[in-house]
Amino acid sequence: MTFELFLQMFPIALMFSAPIILTALGGLFSERSGVVNIALEGIMMVGAFTGATVTVLLENSTPAAAWYGLLAGLLAGVVFSSLHAVASINLKADQVISGTALNILAGGLTVYLCQIIFHQQRTRSFSNGIQKFSVPGLSKIPVLGRMFFDQVYPTFYIAIAMVLLTWFVVYKTPLGLRMRACGEHPQAAASMGINVVRMRYFGVLVSGALGGLGGAVMVLTADIQYTLVSIHGTGFISLASLVFGKWNPFGVLGAGLFFGFSTALSFYAKDIPFLANLPGEFFYILPYLLTIIALLLFAGKSVGPKASGEIYDSGKR
Amino acid sequence: MTARKEKIVLPLIAVLLGFVLGSLIVKLTGRSPLSMYAAIIKGFSGIDILNGQPINTRYIGEFVIQAMPIILTGLSFAFASRTGLFSIGAEGQLMIGSISATAVALLLEAPKGIHLPLVLLAGILGGALWGAIPGLLKARYNVHEVVVTIMMNYIALHFNNFVILHLFGSADRVKTAPFPTTALLKSPFLESITRNSRLNWGFIPVILALLIFSFIINKTTFGYSLRAVGYNKEAARYAGMKVSRNIVASMAIAGAFAGLAGAVITVGTFNFGRVIQSAEGYGFDGIAVALVGGNEATGILLAGMLFGGLKAAQPLMQSQGIPREIAGIIQASIVLFVAMKYGIKMVIDKFERKQAPSTEGDRV
Repeated sequence: MTFELFLQMFPIALMFSAPIILTALGGLFSERSGVVNIALEGIMMVGAFTGATVTVLLENSTPAAAWYGLLAGLLAGVVFSSLHAVASINLKADQVISGTALNILAGGLTVYLCQIIFHQQRTRSFSNGIQKFSVPGLSKIPVLGRMFFDQVYPTFYIAIAMVLLTWFVVYKTPLGLRMRACGEHPQAAASMGINVVRMRYFGVLVSGALGGLGGAVMVLTADIQYTLVSIHGTGFISLASLVFGKWNPFGVLGAGLFFGFSTALSFYAKDIPFLANLPGEFFYILPYLLTIIALLLFAGKSVGPKASGEIYDSGKR
Repeated sequence: MTARKEKIVLPLIAVLLGFVLGSLIVKLTGRSPLSMYAAIIKGFSGIDILNGQPINTRYIGEFVIQAMPIILTGLSFAFASRTGLFSIGAEGQLMIGSISATAVALLLEAPKGIHLPLVLLAGILGGALWGAIPGLLKARYNVHEVVVTIMMNYIALHFNNFVILHLFGSADRVKTAPFPTTALLKSPFLESITRNSRLNWGFIPVILALLIFSFIINKTTFGYSLRAVGYNKEAARYAGMKVSRNIVASMAIAGAFAGLAGAVITVGTFNFGRVIQSAEGYGFDGIAVALVGGNEATGILLAGMLFGGLKAAQPLMQSQGIPREIAGIIQASIVLFVAMKYGIKMVIDKFERKQAPSTEGDRV
């Protein structure tokens, strides 16, 4: 692979990384508070649908329609994830089953609403999503400028900002410490006067916000409309990134970039001599295959929050 | 409530709540819940209550067609579930079963008595192999089966398309050449009694699968040790059961049920291998079927018929102006309510306590 091609791949890889990083950070909040969230896929779908719909409906009245779309996607994610919160925190539902139900629900609900609003199986396509831009000055830096600052989507910077913010909240604030305590040993946390239910709500709703934002980012940068297959497993890849990144924000950043590149590779494969002859399906398979390999290499060693996935029983010792 | 009563009452309440929520959504979006129920009744029985027409047996045939594969994927999920595994892999195992059946159907020439059983067997083995992989990863490397099975679904999808397009050569890039009739489950007799529906002999392997499921789980030592691993891995290990082997075997058998579903669809509903654009939802339908059916054969049969009927009613709903996705919404809500069973039980217990004369309080 030539170096030139490698540079060309960067903006595309960063574009695919952004939603994975954001959604995986969402999963981090949820799991750190003690709730497994395999509904991330469904949350992304709802965020993507809402983001695309708001963008389509507003684009004739404001040039910032796509940004409102992102905000709407975030809010929709919060609302949708509250179902997971009620089911798994208040009603003591099995978190994996509840998450699976939400994933099925998201597929049905978004396409149902597409039919009601647009009278078709998908949203109408928007003419402008989030626009690429070049950072003045920085994009002129040799090599690095082309990698990170020239013709990039601002959503990648949002993702980076969220990584830093997550790190700060989770490791440097009392809130983060309390939340982590609920994910490790909720009974001990409760004995110190922490409201476990409230902390877990916080974790799940933040995961909804970030997952919804991630979905909206994905559809508004990599797509032209929302369809049932717009998200195609990215929520699950984000979940794997969380494991791969060892439940740490910077680890998640690294894992997200890794998956971003593996997706971008399929777009550039035809230009890379030794890959050009492989069938296209091979590259569609690649991100999923790499996810399994990554899990295989890291899952045994990395340890998640201890109480993640456990129903909170205040009477348990 | 007694445990036995709970097992029947809680899923029924979940189903009821799911339909209530579905009707509410239909109402809120300005459509008529009544015509939705008319479509569902027609999907199940062929009776058109709106126009008062007599039974159209074609709908019954189509309803059975829809129920068959999701009963099998339901058995698949339930089998893994009994060993404490949460397998979302039925969708992919079904596709691999389908492609294996396609291969044997196209490449082998034999009389029906040999060809058809081999086609079904190929589906079973393909699914079992695909299912064994996440089982092995779980048993040996402790990789969580949920993410792995989901990833393997996507891999199966693209692998299926690769095989159809590049190995079997598809003239129209949609499907393979038609299979020889010796490979098919199709039956002119069954079609004729159901006014040309796609009803076929596929229900026979489905019934056998239900019986085999029930037999393995309830009547064999092997099934007992699978369930023991599901209840408590460490205790099972202590009792001398081979936990790793049981996990792999359980996932392989789960895969076999899903693989059979793929074969039944490929040589029953269709007569050619198909390029698949995106997951068709058989896997998730199966999860819903198994959860509502309480992971038991009888429950799975009933839940499979319920969701099969809903699926069969989808085109009818669409023609009534109700988006077909409402069926998925109802199904997902039912699963969500099943997941909330502890919460529902708490409410019922509270209600029952209020009903019963509270002697304890008076004694103080």
